[in-house]
Amino acid sequence: MAYLDHAATTPMLPAALEAMAAQLGGVGNASSLHSAGRLARRVVEESRETLAAALGARPGDVVFTSGGTESDNLAIKGLYWARRAADPARIRILASAVEHHAVLDAVLWLVEHEGADVTWLPVDTVGRVDPEELRSAIGPDVALVSVMWANNEVGTIQPVAQLADIAQEHGVPMHTDAVQAVGQVPVDFAASGVAALSLAGHKFGGPFGAGALVLGREVACTSLLHGGGQERDVRSGTFDVPALAGLAAASQHAADQQGALAERLAALRDDLIDRVLGAVPDAVLNGEPSLDAAVRLPGNAHFSFPGCEGDALLMLLDARGIACSTGSACSAGVARPSHVLLAMGHDEARARASLRFSLGHSSGPADVDALVEAIAPSVERARLASRRSR
Amino acid sequence: MKVLAALSGGVDSAVAAARAVDAGHDVTGVHLALASDPAMSRNGARGCCSLEDARDARRAADRMGVPFYVWDLADRFRAEVVDDFVAEYAAGHTPNPCLRCNERIKFAAVLDRALALGFDAVVTGHYARLVGGLLHRAVDPAKDQSYVLAVLTADQLAHALFPIGDSLKAAVRAEARERALLVADKPDSHDVCFIPDGDTAGWLRRRLGAHPGAVVDAETGDILGHHDGAYAFTVGQRRGLAIERPSPDGRPRYVVDVDVVSARLAVGPASALDVDVIEGDRLRWCGPVPTLPARCLAQVRAHGEAVPATATVLADGLRVELQRPVRAVAPGQAVVLYSEDRVLGSATVTWRGSTRLAL
Repeated sequence: MAYLDHAATTPMLPAALEAMAAQLGGVGNASSLHSAGRLARRVVEESRETLAAALGARPGDVVFTSGGTESDNLAIKGLYWARRAADPARIRILASAVEHHAVLDAVLWLVEHEGADVTWLPVDTVGRVDPEELRSAIGPDVALVSVMWANNEVGTIQPVAQLADIAQEHGVPMHTDAVQAVGQVPVDFAASGVAALSLAGHKFGGPFGAGALVLGREVACTSLLHGGGQERDVRSGTFDVPALAGLAAASQHAADQQGALAERLAALRDDLIDRVLGAVPDAVLNGEPSLDAAVRLPGNAHFSFPGCEGDALLMLLDARGIACSTGSACSAGVARPSHVLLAMGHDEARARASLRFSLGHSSGPADVDALVEAIAPSVERARLASRRSR
Repeated sequence: MKVLAALSGGVDSAVAAARAVDAGHDVTGVHLALASDPAMSRNGARGCCSLEDARDARRAADRMGVPFYVWDLADRFRAEVVDDFVAEYAAGHTPNPCLRCNERIKFAAVLDRALALGFDAVVTGHYARLVGGLLHRAVDPAKDQSYVLAVLTADQLAHALFPIGDSLKAAVRAEARERALLVADKPDSHDVCFIPDGDTAGWLRRRLGAHPGAVVDAETGDILGHHDGAYAFTVGQRRGLAIERPSPDGRPRYVVDVDVVSARLAVGPASALDVDVIEGDRLRWCGPVPTLPARCLAQVRAHGEAVPATATVLADGLRVELQRPVRAVAPGQAVVLYSEDRVLGSATVTWRGSTRLAL
């Protein structure tokens, strides 16, 4: 099988598996006061320190969560509530139009249920937010800003530090969803200037169900999950010791290997793009045309295949052993036209005709070869199907 | 053969697909998402559109070890089936949405796409049989769905497989249990799948608004009461009629005619519902055209009685003369012709009458 869907999830790294397995047979609640508890707590705190070091954060900034969705929800709702509590005039949220649904839907929920207003920051045709858009939208009524580090569909990297500067000038906390960025590009929390940063372990070789919101210690954030108050009273829930050990090991590996991995993936990905465009000359690359790792994730390739339905093409490629993605699907599994492509100014046909191929640490040239061999006949078939069923 | 199995999430389609796997076909499962927003559609496990059904379909595919996808046909379904359903009722007709879905979605949009994607046929859990490429009734008379398939042409039927048509429903359930399919005991779906609570009249009223009018005696024209939308009534209906005066003979009265233009609902005794001549348009033969006039059996509803009849073709449709009257036939219904168990074809009722009693 050619697995070209690392942006959905990437296999666990051996170091993470090992670290996790070492804890799975243990006993001790990390909040217990006896020696077994202390031993477990030590693993948690060492994991926190490792993760913090890998991300340019202080250990005290790290709030462990169950993953990207929880981190995004905690940041959006928690920052909104805390900022509004301090000043009831702060009810506006500024978020980019290309955020992941974990951010989009959390914002929309606040609009529907908590009296929030939202201003969606537009993106250009490559999916990037212009910092001037933020500058003109921001004001004293803004509760928070949320702009992702890198887009999950088209891989466009946002000017996070510039945006965070503008937010800081106005004293507004900025959140960034860095779920796709960690491991693929350098991510330094302190240097970025953001107040909160979401990450998910399984996107960079850690386990499912473990992630973190890196949240500046001084940033006020209202809790979503009430209970034991394990994480700075911002997040409750018994520590998942093995998962956190795996998460930390993966984060360290990701930080150590990021440069080398990015270089290798970029070379593979550039080859993939060249050869797919060679096999299907009218395919179009979506997102940043410059393939520089400063502006586009090195493992991301995203195309529209005019005249195809993305879901039909996905099925045909799947039958040939190639795993890729159409962007978002609803809970029943129905492929939806990507809001990201629509926000970039593309029409629904182009959005529906798109597929994402994403590379990760286990990718190799054989994966690209398999795709290149399968793509042209699959596109031809999908086009026929699209014409016939219209 | 490379076949596409439509998995509704129910027991019939799951067993049909499993039999196709056993028969050696290369099966791919597909669940058709027909509701515009699956999360908003019916809850529970009875329909064909809910999230739970999508999951049941997925789990059935898992058990069989076949690939599974969800195809979004919500736009097509709304345009071809739901809007048609509303328009037909608005015109005072009585449509059959299952038949329309087979005609325009399952064996049109889905079949066309499947063929283009390289499949040879579509497998469904319909209770019907194909014998030498010709559509026949199912073995289980209580479950027979040949009526709602009688709009398919020979070409469509050539690319269809109905693996459970030769089994009784009880046997299909037992087989699902043996195969450890989790849907073995799932209740059957009965109602219109896009009307979650089964309240068709209420659903139509929300879409068509109130159009009050008179309830009149079909013979005398006397006004007997009022209604707030003629479309909510079907020929043969007795319940829901707010008649202020009892009939002179004390016998129940039924809707005998729905006239949406004048908002007039005509009621009469049961005998006024008797019909022995039917004309229809949208004539469709499911196989070779029979020698005409054809001695055959005619059936006017999904599980109604088939009555001996003679069918002739008119310039613009079909005329069916019944040897004995059937009760309550409404425009919009399908009249399906059979030769013994074989389906000859169908037409959509445009006019019906009685040689004994004029309507």
